[in-house]
Amino acid sequence: MRFDIRMSGLGGQGMVTAANILGSAAVKDGKHSIVIPFFGAEKRLAPTESYVRISSEEVYEKGEVTYPNVIMVFHEEVITKGKCYTMPFYEGLQQDGLLIINDSDEISLSERNTQSLKERNARIFYVPASQIALDVAGTELATNMAMLGALVGATDIVTFDSLEKAIAERFGERKFVASATTAALDDVLKRKYARAQELVEKNMEAVRVAAKSIKDS
Amino acid sequence: MKERKVVDPEYLLKEAPREKKFLIGNEAVAEAVKRANVDIGVSYPITPQSEAMHLVGDIYAEGYLKDYYRAEHELGAMAAVAGAAMGGARTFTATSGPGTLRAFEMFPCWAGARLPIVCAFMCRGVNSPLTIQPDNIEIGWLMDTGMLIFHAENPQEFFDMLLQAYVIAEQPDVHIPVGVCADGFFVTHTREIVEVTPEDEMLPPYDPSKSPCPTMDMETPPIRQIRDPFVMKSNYISYNAHASWQQEVRAAAERSRKHIAKYLGSSIEVTNPDAEILLMASGTAAAQARVAVERAQKDGIDAGLVKVKVIRPFPDKEIRELTENPKAILVPEHNIVGWLAREVMSRTDYTKVCGGPRVFGGMTMPPEVILSEIKNLARVI
Repeated sequence: MRFDIRMSGLGGQGMVTAANILGSAAVKDGKHSIVIPFFGAEKRLAPTESYVRISSEEVYEKGEVTYPNVIMVFHEEVITKGKCYTMPFYEGLQQDGLLIINDSDEISLSERNTQSLKERNARIFYVPASQIALDVAGTELATNMAMLGALVGATDIVTFDSLEKAIAERFGERKFVASATTAALDDVLKRKYARAQELVEKNMEAVRVAAKSIKDS
Repeated sequence: MKERKVVDPEYLLKEAPREKKFLIGNEAVAEAVKRANVDIGVSYPITPQSEAMHLVGDIYAEGYLKDYYRAEHELGAMAAVAGAAMGGARTFTATSGPGTLRAFEMFPCWAGARLPIVCAFMCRGVNSPLTIQPDNIEIGWLMDTGMLIFHAENPQEFFDMLLQAYVIAEQPDVHIPVGVCADGFFVTHTREIVEVTPEDEMLPPYDPSKSPCPTMDMETPPIRQIRDPFVMKSNYISYNAHASWQQEVRAAAERSRKHIAKYLGSSIEVTNPDAEILLMASGTAAAQARVAVERAQKDGIDAGLVKVKVIRPFPDKEIRELTENPKAILVPEHNIVGWLAREVMSRTDYTKVCGGPRVFGGMTMPPEVILSEIKNLARVI
């Protein structure tokens, strides 16, 4: 199975971090993966995207995923206010593609968009990722982890084991090369937990709860 | 300094055990510099390169380099590595797009002074309007500076080519600079599997006694460089000396071919060379083209791919031979001028060459775009 994933959200929600962790987990599972962020002058709350390609075969393509088969929407304003790099937000979605949207309630779409998604036979999942993050991990900063959980729940794209290892690696002792704003958010996140291990456990809990909510739906 | 083992270059490049890491291109650059036994790194920040020289600063702090500093601007950085190389040091620096242009005067100077400097170019669009996005138009300008030019497709190739570049640049019969280019963001910020050699094994140190020009020291002070500058004498001998010196720089690039064959394997990589429609591409355009060719073949179109890894010295003979038989040649590129198409056209029946598709200004080039051009060609040939 080949996954071409686009993650759209607002700067600070962790799309790039989620993409790195997902790609890293896929590689730990023995798959091939290429991870790339959208490269602009991204800042907090500005439209931000990242892209992950995962396959059991070697992956060559570079650059943004133009024709995804999975789109993950981290913030409702991606849809309601067009805060993304493509209009409409599902532009390029392949036939039978998957949409995972972070919201507790369904977002009312225009008739044209509803029709277009129906023609593509898109599967749409709503998951209250920010709520799960807040309830389970104690911080909205874990929204991206809950979104990854939802993705795993819908696709089994990576194993929980590899995902846990990838999260531990990202937030553990090993130095990670990040932009200043990402590093600042890392610090905020790390301060919320007494130990790195607790951060990993809480985030994994958010992953599992979100995955279960999708499996049960 | 970090305790490390000097190993044979051929062993390091071809036989040393490799460990798989999940790295972005800029991290792969720092990993290469770590193993290249570089004496001095000089940095000046510019997106998308900044991270790479920042990381070189980090490994300097860990004891992998003898010296490192941030220059006053790109021209200063390029002049500083020239000075260090003249003094017999192995150097590294990197820049991108507008930084390349700001420093441009130094590139022919490096080649003219026969300095084996290795510089990474993380190609980026050039102003104005302001952009930081991927676009490799600068390679088109670098081609005629006298430097050798390599073009990496992915972080793995970026890592390998940087190490290969030092070994090739420092051959006594070459001894000219190498620009190792990679498309900004598509390589520098893309995370994928990179297989790296052991951290504690490095290239032998640079031996300046093998330079065709005397190394500057107290015996050979810098004044010697300008003692008899050609510009001070308006006579036949001085013009002729300058002319033959330029020829010698080009001859050195020609002599690098055998070393490129030895250490890179080949200047090109070919898939299905007898195809009716042959694609020629370099850098990340080759990655996109590979996917397009695979899909075209599935659709029953006879397509092949030539990936050009070395832009200077251009693989003339190989390209002449490969372009003889196909009915059409397609050259997808990440720049508006089509410098690779220009190179290919000048070496074959240009009426067969179709320059494009070209994507520039920062957008991605989906394989679908190339595939649709292949299909257009298949209909008319």
